[in-house]
Amino acid sequence: MGIVLATLVVVSLAALLGGALGLAAVIFRVEGDPLVERIDAILPQTQCGQCGFPGCKAYASAIAEGRAEINLCPPGGEAGVRALADLLGREFKPLAGDGADKPKTIAHIDEQQCIGCTLCIQACPVDAIAGAAKQLHAVVPQLCTGCELCMSPCPVECIHMQAVPAARPWPYPVFALKQENA
Amino acid sequence: MQPAPYSFPGGIHPETHKALTREAAIAPAPLPAQLFVPLQEKGRAPGRIVVRAGERVLKGQKLAEPADALGAAMHAPTSGEVRAIAPHPLAQADGGEGLCAHIVPDGKEEWTPHAPFDLQSATHEAALRHLRDSGIVGLGGAAFPSHIKLGDGHQIHTLVLNGAECEPWITCDERLMREQATAILRGAQILAQLAGAAEIRVGIEDNKPEALAAMEVASAGQANVQVFSVPTRYPAGGEKQLIESLTGIRIPAGRYGPQYGVQCFNVGTAHAVARAIDHGEPLISRVVTLTGAVRRPANVEALIGTPIADLLALAEPENNVTRTLLGGPMMGVALPNLAAPLPKHGNCLIAASDALFPPRPAPSPCIRCTACAQACPQRLQPFELYWFAHARAFDKLARYRLFDCIECGACAWVCPANLPLVDYYRFAKDAIRTQERERRAADSARERFEWRSFRLAREKEEKAARLKARAAETLSQMNNEGAPPDAGSADKQALIAAAVARAAAQKAAAETPPPPTEEPPQP
Ligand code: SF4
Ligand code: SF4
Ligand code: SF4
Ligand code: SF4
Ligand code: SF4
Repeated sequence: MGIVLATLVVVSLAALLGGALGLAAVIFRVEGDPLVERIDAILPQTQCGQCGFPGCKAYASAIAEGRAEINLCPPGGEAGVRALADLLGREFKPLAGDGADKPKTIAHIDEQQCIGCTLCIQACPVDAIAGAAKQLHAVVPQLCTGCELCMSPCPVECIHMQAVPAARPWPYPVFALKQENA
Repeated sequence: MQPAPYSFPGGIHPETHKALTREAAIAPAPLPAQLFVPLQEKGRAPGRIVVRAGERVLKGQKLAEPADALGAAMHAPTSGEVRAIAPHPLAQADGGEGLCAHIVPDGKEEWTPHAPFDLQSATHEAALRHLRDSGIVGLGGAAFPSHIKLGDGHQIHTLVLNGAECEPWITCDERLMREQATAILRGAQILAQLAGAAEIRVGIEDNKPEALAAMEVASAGQANVQVFSVPTRYPAGGEKQLIESLTGIRIPAGRYGPQYGVQCFNVGTAHAVARAIDHGEPLISRVVTLTGAVRRPANVEALIGTPIADLLALAEPENNVTRTLLGGPMMGVALPNLAAPLPKHGNCLIAASDALFPPRPAPSPCIRCTACAQACPQRLQPFELYWFAHARAFDKLARYRLFDCIECGACAWVCPANLPLVDYYRFAKDAIRTQERERRAADSARERFEWRSFRLAREKEEKAARLKARAAETLSQMNNEGAPPDAGSADKQALIAAAVARAAAQKAAAETPPPPTEEPPQP
């Protein structure tokens, strides 16, 4: 009798919890691929295409599906590769290409020369250029990611990249510790 | 005068070194040969500049409007010519540059027209706007615009007037209280009126008996003012520390005084407010203590924008000076470039020599003695903050309330291991702020990129749909006109034929003058 009751309790508990788990999976279903989202959260969103993919999200998908290495994003720099390696449990690799971290730049349009052709607006992946046909165009500096995609379409070559004045954060303290037995 | 009714935890008792300058009466500094007036306050966006290079400006004339809600105006400290508006080194530890107005004084000290502000008939907004337009910011060190402290909508019951001046070496507030007590209290009354505060509590460290007496005498007959003497213990003049000492209100982590009905102003700020209201004078000068390894320690009233090197020269530094500190030895910063101009928050310049400020001995590892935690006036655990900042474990630092640290340096002062604790906190705060900023920028770029991709896709779809609709329309028109639909590519051919016909019709229309579309109006 006892054993029947015990079995019954356990079986019904299992059924109940299993059902709850199934329900939870339905209710709390995550939209999209969470791995892609997490990789995309690490990428710098410069949207420059230097990785060979049309934008950061596409590169994130490629990494998630194992179609791409993790060291292809120059704007993310070494720190970016490291973060990706940590997230994915892969080996750290130096950046592909010449591998140097570049200082951040933003685009600037020379007002004297711009003919208002709107080609740069169409090229900018993050809508950082304001202007209309036949009017002076201007880069909104806060929005520009420095991807350089607007430079080559410009027929009068009036877009130049300018260095952003370097922020000078407080440095990590470096000093020699006193030797215990000195 | 009465002793402060409450107290705050922690704190330290460093040698004050105030004797050097506390008897040095405030003297006006001579007019410098050139001025570099910073057009922005510490760490904020530059204002909207309203003068041009080559223009002649008058003393007190506005140079820049505040850039945003967090700004205050900047003014010409004397009459002269604006030579340039260009980047110039600022008085900061990082030696960074900022936009400054380079002014060459003409020596005439010719004032721009200005008049007392009629406080009684003005609205609250107008009064705050006047303070903003007069460039009034906190002179105690944070340089926070005063009109914002008065207009944040909180009900204030007590105004705390900060005359504690707890940092060693500095005596500019002490001198001001001894010489200008009446004007300071006048400013405090204006601030109290604007804040709606019923009560003013003045806090002064008990190592300044003359200042206490002067403020006591000046406040006689002002029933809403009480002067308290605060035991000398660094950092008694920290905002939260002084509020706790005078009112017993302990402001929790991440909160500010106004949320508890208290607002705190420095005595120098109150003095500047009195000048701005009663005389209509903007903030163009301040009292600076010149001290350290110098032959002539002094307190001078200097124009904002005076090069630091010029000010220091007045005090005649000794030959063994190795660096110059702006602010006190605890919270001040070493200046890499003495061409930098005096900022509004510049209360003290210390010529530091190795004899007066022996180099810090080499640090050794933390022994977890907790001396730092006992000294921390903010009730933090500095050794934990140090540990996580050292390991760059930024996510942990929030839990240990890194951003509650006021960088007072009490922990580093007591640390037997000589660890440069505050340097670690500053590093971690900057790194976290940078991370935050980059994350926000990336999020915004991602959003805009996705919106643009969506928009392009939609436009493409719409275009395709439009073309399809037009094709269908033409086709059905031709069907109605009775063109026989052929088999196979009949649709397409019909379309092409129709297009050719349309083009021919257009051409014909262009050759003959268009018929009038409307009857001319009858007279
Ligand atoms: S290379 Fe450019 S587009 Fe590719 S992930 Fe990096 S920032 Fe994004
Ligand atoms: S403005 Fe030019 S450089 Fe800046 S984000 Fe747009 S395309 Fe890239
Ligand atoms: S592409 Fe060049 S010329 Fe054309 S609108 Fe942009 S900046 Fe002006
Ligand atoms: S005082 Fe210095 S040694 Fe002692 S616990 Fe704090 S950091 Fe460590
Ligand atoms: S510097 Fe920060 S952690 Fe150290 S004692 Fe002051 S408030 Fe506390």
